[in-house]
Amino acid sequence: MSVKVLYFAALRDAVDCSEEIVELNGAKTLGELRAHLAARGERWAPLAATRNVRMARNQHMAPGDTAVSDGDEIAFFPPVTGG
Amino acid sequence: MSVSVQQDDFDIGAEITALTRGRHQVGALATFTGLVRDMNDGSGVHAMTLEHYPGMTETALEDIVEQARGRWEIDGVRVIHRFGRLMPGDQIVFVAVTSAHRGESFAACEFIMDFLKTRAPFWKREETPQGVRWVDAREADDSAAERWEQGK
Repeated sequence: MSVKVLYFAALRDAVDCSEEIVELNGAKTLGELRAHLAARGERWAPLAATRNVRMARNQHMAPGDTAVSDGDEIAFFPPVTGG
Repeated sequence: MSVSVQQDDFDIGAEITALTRGRHQVGALATFTGLVRDMNDGSGVHAMTLEHYPGMTETALEDIVEQARGRWEIDGVRVIHRFGRLMPGDQIVFVAVTSAHRGESFAACEFIMDFLKTRAPFWKREETPQGVRWVDAREADDSAAERWEQGK
């Protein structure tokens, strides 16, 4: 049970990673997955900064209680600034 | 093809012509064009790079256009958003909406821009004399999008 995780913009720079494949390890929701990823050490701490992280599952913005499943494309990124 | 996410510049005149040619039921055309400014938050900006999330960007913009179509009687919609490195004065974004009367076009054009600002996955990075910096999201943009949720 694994998912592809993408990071964008300032968050990608902060964790120094643009893409990784991670095991779900029992994480059932986006929020649980994020907590699990953020707990991997200091490098990943920026993921825990709630105010500044948005999430998407399979290319749609999604809240923390969204269920995740094997093969999903998950993305974490800062609030958007286009336009 | 109402939505395009592209590196290349666009020709507003050609886009308007494509949207209105032969559509004689259309009595109103509203457009918005966003340009790169040479100043932001008190610093000079000599270039800007727009990053996006390929795939999700197009989906998000199409979803916003669908929402606008659900709210107003509109005829045509065109949204173009550029990515990559841009210079002051360059065009960044274009939204055009046509309808029978002006009210729908004005409202839908503003709605699409407000939602794009808070829902479409683009991020700006500015090059300033103090170095390169990511642009922070503005709370004013959130408020602008939220007012559409409150039933106008």
